[in-house]
Amino acid sequence: MGKPRVATTSLCGCFGCHMSLLDIDERILSLVELVDFDRSPINDIKELSGPVDIGLVEGGCANEENVKVLQEFREHCRVLISVGDCAINGGIPAMRNMVPLRECFREAFLDGPTVVNPAGKIPDDEEIPLLLDRVYPCHEVVKVEYHLPGCPPSADTLWEALNALLEGRSLELPYELIKYD
Amino acid sequence: MSDRISLTIDGRQIEAEPGQTILEAAEEAGVYIPRLCWMKGLSAFGSCRVCTVRVNGRPQSACTQPAAPGMVVENDTQELRELRRSLIDMLFIEGNHFCMFCEKSGDCELQALAYRLGITAPQYPFMFPQRELDATHPEIFVDRNRCILCGRCVRASQELDGKHVFGFVGRGAGKKVAVNAESGLGGTDAAGDDEAVAACPTGSLLKKRVGFAVPVGQRRFDHQPIGSEIEQAQSEE
Ligand code: SF4
Ligand code: SF4
Ligand code: FES
Repeated sequence: MGKPRVATTSLCGCFGCHMSLLDIDERILSLVELVDFDRSPINDIKELSGPVDIGLVEGGCANEENVKVLQEFREHCRVLISVGDCAINGGIPAMRNMVPLRECFREAFLDGPTVVNPAGKIPDDEEIPLLLDRVYPCHEVVKVEYHLPGCPPSADTLWEALNALLEGRSLELPYELIKYD
Repeated sequence: MSDRISLTIDGRQIEAEPGQTILEAAEEAGVYIPRLCWMKGLSAFGSCRVCTVRVNGRPQSACTQPAAPGMVVENDTQELRELRRSLIDMLFIEGNHFCMFCEKSGDCELQALAYRLGITAPQYPFMFPQRELDATHPEIFVDRNRCILCGRCVRASQELDGKHVFGFVGRGAGKKVAVNAESGLGGTDAAGDDEAVAACPTGSLLKKRVGFAVPVGQRRFDHQPIGSEIEQAQSEE
């Protein structure tokens, strides 16, 4: 039997959660002994290669591309984990959820004080993923097995969660590892 | 004393003074009953229902229900923990709680209850409502995105400050905390050192320019769950 496979991705996040994963310090050496990484920004593999045991998702869904990647992860990952506040509640990007989308666009591309846009057009190239009406937490788009809150979750939280799952324990975070900031 | 009342809570016998509520009697006996709208020194309000216990099988709010002889109270049961969790979840999804940059984080009773209950994500969809911020006062502000309508500011302003700065307007989902001046908080006689400001359990009513003073790791609920001071007081006796 091969090693368990782990995939990670950042949707509408800041990569802070991935930084926190690197922040497990020298424990990352034990981690690469314990698991094989599939698609992840850590190894720059861009596509999922097949079934994966644990999928870690940072960031919520702000555009159609995020939804597509999240659905792919759901399809291929046995256990899917929302990592960080953006994946769990939309986080900072969800601050736009209280503002109508049209107003967001106008502010960003037309009316904002630092905007230089002589064409006066809101970009609509088909290469640019369509924005959703608002930012959605991952578990409002697909089923998610576990949530690791925090902005970002501490390295200890990520380490504890991965170890619990790899050892077949149930993932119950102790008091000090549940933090929303 | 002959007029002491005896009752049980989760099978443990405790005593109460006549007139004490279940919540107060439990607290004195070192039993923490979760609460949000109740605060020591203010009249009971009975609005959040987080303190719900079963009394002789019936759900009651422990902060308003007087203790009576022979009562059988259930507090820390699976059923009630789940009920409280639902209430806390609803308070999160009904507002806009961005804990990652909230000045109250680590010191917030709403967040602390979520931590104590082990909530990693709310079980209901987020509503992302439109709420107003009032920063017209030089010393304090109200950010209604974080308001849970507990009414502690309303009561503290009346009962402790003698001012009537805050009140409620509207009903249902439109209910909100209002201030006693057309022009906003700045037009009221509220002051930064008012008890009303200190009474807010969340980051909704806060002093300006003092946020983030306590480092992460040293805040009130960083290491100890809310209520553990009540439980520890008992175990040290
Ligand atoms: S008021 Fe409490 S729960 Fe709301 S954002 Fe601030 S810390 Fe979080
Ligand atoms: S402002 Fe604070 S104290 Fe007043 S009702 Fe809202 S949460 Fe409660
Ligand atoms: S604390 Fe009893 S109803 Fe709020």
